[in-house]
Amino acid sequence: MDSGDGVVHAEITVTVNGAARRLRVDTRVSLLDLLREELGLTGAKKGCDHGQCGACTVLLDGRRANACLALAVAQDGAEVVTVEGLAGGDRLSPLQQAFLDEDAFQCGYCTPGQLCSATGMLDEAARGRPSAVTPPGDGPPELDDAEIRERMSGNLCRCGAYVNIVAAVRAAAGEAAR
Amino acid sequence: MRVEGREKVTGTARYAYEYPVAGAAYAFAVQAAAGPGRVTAVHDEEVLALPGVIAVLSHRNAPALKPVEDGELALFQSDEVAYRGQVVAAVVAETLDTAREAARLLRVDYDDRPPKVRLSPGDPGLYKPEEVNPSFPADTGQGDPDEAFGASAVRIDATYTTPAEHNNPMEPHATIAEWRDGGLTLHDSNQGASTVAATLAELFDLEPAQVRVVAPHVGGGFGSKGTPRPNVVLAAMAARVTGRPVKFAFTRQQMFATTGYRTPTIQRVRLGADADGTLTTIVHEVVEQTSTVREFAEQAATPTRMMYRAPHRRTAHRLARLDVPTPSWMRAPGETPGMFALECAMDELAFAAGVDPIELRVRNEPDTEPESGLPFSSRNLVACLRRGAELFGWDDRDPAPSVRRRGRKMYGTGVASATYPANLSPSKATAAAAPDGTFTVRIAAADIGTGARTALTAIAAEALKTDASRVTVEIGDSALPKAPLAGGSMGTASWGFAVTRACEALRADLDGGASPPVEASADTTEEVKARGDYARHAFGAQFAEVEVDVDTGEIRVPRMLGVFAAGRIVDPQRARSQFIGGMTMGLGMALMEESTMDERFGDYVNHDLAQYHVPACADVRDIDAVWIEESDPHLNPMGTKGIGEIGIVGAAAAVANALHHATGLRLRDLPLTPAAVLTNL
Ligand code: FES
Ligand code: FES
Repeated sequence: MDSGDGVVHAEITVTVNGAARRLRVDTRVSLLDLLREELGLTGAKKGCDHGQCGACTVLLDGRRANACLALAVAQDGAEVVTVEGLAGGDRLSPLQQAFLDEDAFQCGYCTPGQLCSATGMLDEAARGRPSAVTPPGDGPPELDDAEIRERMSGNLCRCGAYVNIVAAVRAAAGEAAR
Repeated sequence: MRVEGREKVTGTARYAYEYPVAGAAYAFAVQAAAGPGRVTAVHDEEVLALPGVIAVLSHRNAPALKPVEDGELALFQSDEVAYRGQVVAAVVAETLDTAREAARLLRVDYDDRPPKVRLSPGDPGLYKPEEVNPSFPADTGQGDPDEAFGASAVRIDATYTTPAEHNNPMEPHATIAEWRDGGLTLHDSNQGASTVAATLAELFDLEPAQVRVVAPHVGGGFGSKGTPRPNVVLAAMAARVTGRPVKFAFTRQQMFATTGYRTPTIQRVRLGADADGTLTTIVHEVVEQTSTVREFAEQAATPTRMMYRAPHRRTAHRLARLDVPTPSWMRAPGETPGMFALECAMDELAFAAGVDPIELRVRNEPDTEPESGLPFSSRNLVACLRRGAELFGWDDRDPAPSVRRRGRKMYGTGVASATYPANLSPSKATAAAAPDGTFTVRIAAADIGTGARTALTAIAAEALKTDASRVTVEIGDSALPKAPLAGGSMGTASWGFAVTRACEALRADLDGGASPPVEASADTTEEVKARGDYARHAFGAQFAEVEVDVDTGEIRVPRMLGVFAAGRIVDPQRARSQFIGGMTMGLGMALMEESTMDERFGDYVNHDLAQYHVPACADVRDIDAVWIEESDPHLNPMGTKGIGEIGIVGAAAAVANALHHATGLRLRDLPLTPAAVLTNL
């Protein structure tokens, strides 16, 4: 609906970290800016705003997605989980704990995206989704280092924490498998 | 564990743009679409008519700023455009999307002329800068290098080039500015709150105490946030003009013209040696660019002044003043490009003289710092090389190039030395004891991902003789005791010095019977000045293995190992992260990083992360770093040397040298691309 100032708004309902929100959004706003500027959820980061770095990765209906490439108005009915929603209360998720243990970050700016991405990635692997390392038909992927690196390559880390990120994901994946 | 680790993994660590401020307006920058030249018109009335637009800032209406040394900060002070991409206007609006849309629509007219942007060694405009960053002589020399080179049994004369490279911290440069009671509060992404506060006070003609800069978490900087960038001026100005708090961030694309980069270099190196590889002559001449706005002269040849012994030597820097964005610091400025050239040349010399590359370096090890004659406070380059040789499996290496092939792949290994100065700046700090047995240490230090907060906590606990869990370190705020910036690998050393002294004083007070609450303070100015005359440097050895696909030219690096000697290592887990982080950036420098200048219109063309490639997870296989513990009494009370930068130094040379070992190709221009391999193989 045009509110008379040339800006078009629309009403949507999204569930963010478990809580349903009824929102009136400027139709130009990205999901990332909605989270950061309007809902105060600044965990999702803006590294490029162009789908090139992964810092803004959230889970959108259970799958990892770049929030900077998703228009908020198109998310009516969607379920969004951000880094703020990964821990169970005070209990960190196994990935969050592994990132701490392995020192899988330095500045921490890519970290929320890495964590959401890894969370979605473990789920994709568990469902047998293929990758460049495990092409379709090759059976369920085994999360060795090559597989983790491939599947985590949508998330850039300029601090160069990859070696530790892979170690953390490997540790958390191992824990999940037990 | 990192002290602030939990905040970082739960998303509660706040970065500059993320502070809730009531009634904030949003600014968006407009970059010059042409240049150099002049802005002849800013059609601001068109966008001011758009709903939600509050103001348009340009040279036509901007408040006057006091002049400061860095001309890049003289935002909107004249109609001059120095280069395409320079910030010429800004729009302030009620929402980010409105500001962005209005910035896109704002029409600006220019009177421009063709840019001069090509860096060339034959440019008649090349000049000798008065000094190179931060304050070294542009040229040095000893003996008669030209004659000695001519008389040498083995000679290397080669030219190496490194491209412009962009720092690209993951967090873009961002600021929230708010004027309150005549004072200015800035939440800003920077490497030193004290520095930003001092510069902004100067620009806006305020008392230093009237500016407060808050930056507890910073999403990387790598030098690009070491000095205030235009973002902080733009936000402060927009907030002053509109009377509103203003949020501003450069976009990733805009960062390529506005936040600094590593200058491209053209480096000619001449090495003359006896038949056994003993150096007689070292000549290193560097050509680089700077802008017309501000001179930045990267000190690329300075490591050559202290690495190897030779009686005849010369180093020189020449600059071209071009119509380009201003280059600045990027991780280990000077050492990074300079050691690429020197260490590749050393590999060429080893090959030409038939000497093992490690033995060649050992053979040319100096007893004192070559040009200054000063004793080294400690120098363990040889120990790093030997240790690395052992760990990497260097000793059974067949030196012959181009003889290891399996299927489509050729394999090789390479080595290079690394070095970085161990500098120190004066700093202040306070330490306070509370009645409940806890301690608070305060210092305007910055943690840009280095782990400074964690290291300072350990340093304070040691000096206080208490457990780290009882110590809270407050940093990232210009209201705290004044401290130097996180740069030149001297942050943690300089801050740790002051923290140690403040904590020792507090411990003495407590031991002498003082009862909490009690506070002690320290200022290391005199002690830093009183340090003896030593050459203080960290050293390292970089090893790399490459795998080259002969059909596609693709170069992969299955293995990198760094061995470093950097004084005492206070916090091993964070230290390793710093070393391998630097090496990872070095891998990017070797294989992919390159900013391409648009020679017709100016500015860098590949200005985003889809076109400017930094290493991704799959590019990095096995990178590891180890170190040799040094006990060096001439540094600071902790016995530390900086570790933030040495990890990148020499890394690209090790990869290039490994490429030669694998293929026989001597590629002297970075990055080492598949195209270059295929054309030459
Ligand atoms: S901010 Fe979304 S991918 Fe970079
Ligand atoms: S931790 Fe700094 S970008 Fe990844």
